Amino acid sequence: MYTEKVMDHFTNPRNVGEIENADGVGTVGNAKCGDIMKMYLKIENDVIVDIKFKTFGCGAAIATSSMATELVKGKSVDEALELTNKAVVEALGGLPPQKIHCSVLAEEAISAAVEDYCKKTGREFPKNKCTGCCGSCSAHKSDEERE
Amino acid sequence: MIYFDNAATTGVSPEVLDKMLPFFKERFGNPSSQFYEAGRSAKEALENAREIIAGCLNCDINEVFFTASGSEADNWAVKGAAEAGLAKGKNKIITSAIEHHAVLNTCKYLEKHGYEVVYLPVDENGTVLPQTLKDAVDDKTSIVSIMLANNEIGTIEPIAELAGIAHEAGALFHTDAVQAAGHIETDFKALGVDLLSISGHKFHAPKGVGALITRKGLRLPNLIHGGGQEKGRRAGTENVPYIVGMAYALKFACDNMEENTKKIKAIRDRLISGIEEKIPYVKLNGHREQRLPGNVNFSFKYIEGESLMLWLDMNSVAVSSGSACASGSLDPSHVLLAIGLPHEIAHGSLRLSIGDLNTMEEADKLLEILPPIVEKLRAMSPLYENK
Repeated sequence: MYTEKVMDHFTNPRNVGEIENADGVGTVGNAKCGDIMKMYLKIENDVIVDIKFKTFGCGAAIATSSMATELVKGKSVDEALELTNKAVVEALGGLPPQKIHCSVLAEEAISAAVEDYCKKTGREFPKNKCTGCCGSCSAHKSDEERE
Repeated sequence: MIYFDNAATTGVSPEVLDKMLPFFKERFGNPSSQFYEAGRSAKEALENAREIIAGCLNCDINEVFFTASGSEADNWAVKGAAEAGLAKGKNKIITSAIEHHAVLNTCKYLEKHGYEVVYLPVDENGTVLPQTLKDAVDDKTSIVSIMLANNEIGTIEPIAELAGIAHEAGALFHTDAVQAAGHIETDFKALGVDLLSISGHKFHAPKGVGALITRKGLRLPNLIHGGGQEKGRRAGTENVPYIVGMAYALKFACDNMEENTKKIKAIRDRLISGIEEKIPYVKLNGHREQRLPGNVNFSFKYIEGESLMLWLDMNSVAVSSGSACASGSLDPSHVLLAIGLPHEIAHGSLRLSIGDLNTMEEADKLLEILPPIVEKLRAMSPLYENK
């Protein structure tokens, strides 16, 4: 059901944990849906120098969290906001269709943490970025609309 | 592999396979072909199987109707009784919130077609309280369908009492005994039901064979129209090898029930007490006493069931979960929600179902494997913070 890459990130998730006095923290999802992702960012000169996550959820939720942290670590804040769920899915070698929402959640978790950082620092945050609504907001009503 | 998913299915036992094999080859005849020996021989085996099943379930030989699955038997019972009831001006069906989808989705289908369906709630143990049926049943009710034992949480329902209540109101009573037959006493007459479904693969018969026990004198609409098989009620050449397999599998299960139950219960109770002792923040789901001998169902708070299953699979342990991820939808098991679990706790549930082939050593092994997995997943759960 899962690719080797997904299983690798599920069994050996990268960047698990918390960051004390993080520069940005974002939580998305809800326990009702069965997935919650919490991301912590350490940012220096607009670059994500460290990132940690905690996730409650299925194998795909844990693997996408882990992969998303890998993809944005060392990147600038703007680059992190360009991360798409598709990039996460591709990096994992694919996900079963019913698990795509996990990758959306991972993208949103990164955005939510960056939004928190932007709020704290007075930096502008792009209005078209979703920061965790379980797919109901205008930012991603459908994949076509996103593109 | 440690196989703790016996409520999902079981393997065909070698003894059962031996009984089946002749009917694939030498005794391949069609039971409807009575003018030569091969046909008569198959017919004899078919009727012998019917007799064995009637003996195990304490019903009449003529009350056994073979089907291709438990789901088929459930569909036939509920749809058939609803249709027959409608002809008498009865358009109400009563079932419970924790039925198997074979009953639940049949009821939803009938609801779409104009029938009124009442889904009785259950208490926190998963028990249907007789009073709720008393309050719901009336002279417009054609059928009440309540399972004998729940497949997820193992709760055994007070079927004899519920059937009595239905009958007082003039309604038929069906019970889905798929999880019960071969595992706990399943006595058609003592239960006092009109219809009872069983499925072979839950007790070491092959997949693809079941039966609907239909009380003498009750005539449901025919399920499959065609030849005269199953008294014309369910046409189609009988699946003789599988029917023979189911009969012997049920016989072996019933002959050894006392011994097996003792062994399986001991393993179940070791797992329940072991998990409760070794792992904090767990909740046993289902009734503690009125429970299938082989059922263990726990919620592990702060973590999600699919993750647990994946880790157990990597340790070669096969189990099942009521989490949404396991079901492919966004909602966790309807059974766990019906017993009042909040969504997030229902997501973290695990079912271990024990069979006669499991050993105490396997239970001990699981009790070694499971706690560190739960701890690992909790350590990365944002819900577990501050615990």
